Amino acid sequence: MARYLSIVDSAYRATIEEQDDTAVWFTHAMKNAGADVSILLRGDAVNYAVSNQDAKGLRFGNRAVKGPDMVRDINAVIAKKIPLFVVSDDVAERGIPASLLLPGIEQIPRSAIAKLIDNHDTILTW
Amino acid sequence: MATITIGILDPPYESANTPTAFRLVEAAIRMGHNVNVFCYEGATALGYAGQKQHPNAVHGASLEEEDHPNPKDWVKALLAFAAEKNVKLVWCNCGLCVDERGVESQVEGVCRGSPGDAWKYSEGSDGVLLIGTE
Amino acid sequence: MMTIRTEREGVNVSQYVMIQSKSPWESGDVGHFYALARELRQLGAEVTFFLVQNGVMAARSSAKDPALEQLLGANVRVLADDFSLRERAIDAKVLKTGVNPSSIDVVVDLLASGAKALWH
Repeated sequence: MARYLSIVDSAYRATIEEQDDTAVWFTHAMKNAGADVSILLRGDAVNYAVSNQDAKGLRFGNRAVKGPDMVRDINAVIAKKIPLFVVSDDVAERGIPASLLLPGIEQIPRSAIAKLIDNHDTILTW
Repeated sequence: MATITIGILDPPYESANTPTAFRLVEAAIRMGHNVNVFCYEGATALGYAGQKQHPNAVHGASLEEEDHPNPKDWVKALLAFAAEKNVKLVWCNCGLCVDERGVESQVEGVCRGSPGDAWKYSEGSDGVLLIGTE
Repeated sequence: MMTIRTEREGVNVSQYVMIQSKSPWESGDVGHFYALARELRQLGAEVTFFLVQNGVMAARSSAKDPALEQLLGANVRVLADDFSLRERAIDAKVLKTGVNPSSIDVVVDLLASGAKALWH
């Protein structure tokens, strides 16, 4: 069985669709089906690792939109024991304090991405 | 003969990724390989049977002259090409993405699946390429 | 599908095909992708870097893209999609030294031989 690494760098693009990030959701669904998966958040997607994200309150006419809950979904990924990595250089460049990151996420420097990729059999570049 | 799986996310017209994806599928068939295409998000509209051509007044072109591209015709053509080359082309849509978009009416030969199916296609492949989107 | 590695001088070698679809002027992230190619090469992998769509804009010899110049010096095979070049009127004669025009069939060949594929 191959080891998959989902690399997510586009953020808040399609979080309306599954009321989640579509790449995170898909990878979680692969895990549910039995796949061996990991997730790397890089670029703006490192912001998914931040606590207190709140996308509630959208309403169009009398139709409320439940919206995504990325904190719930990232915590669910961690609870499912899907290894979740975030690029520390990208976190720092965006001025995100380490204290705001959700627990259970492993920070890796940008220089370690090549090795992480090399340690997986199939790369999914979202 | 190898088996390649290609994942596509982009909807029919909004990205140059779409013709590139089709070029890769065409090349793989032409070179004698089996191909699995898994469409996710807006790419599930690629095979939507309700796509229509239109004339182009800016070009001064009639419907026939403009011959507006409808990707559903490319999907049909590639399915026929694969049959002619005696290789297997699986064109599979993420079913939930189809439902959300109301694009259930698809050209013949397009099937429906889940992320679990995409995983199985990948496991049975020599190479896997996911064409990510913006 | 497990990683297929090729044998080179008795050493298992990973193969990568990295496909760059964006120009460095439309995406600020392209430099990181070039750098990743160099780093994978440094790990001993065989890396083919395939410029396609607007990714070929950086391939003109007169284009100012120091990060691509760095990649060209890193023993990575850099190819430019022939259709994308023609679409943008970039003649093969004006490509940077080290960038070669190529059919997209090369990508298929690499996938068919088990190369790990990354798209950007």
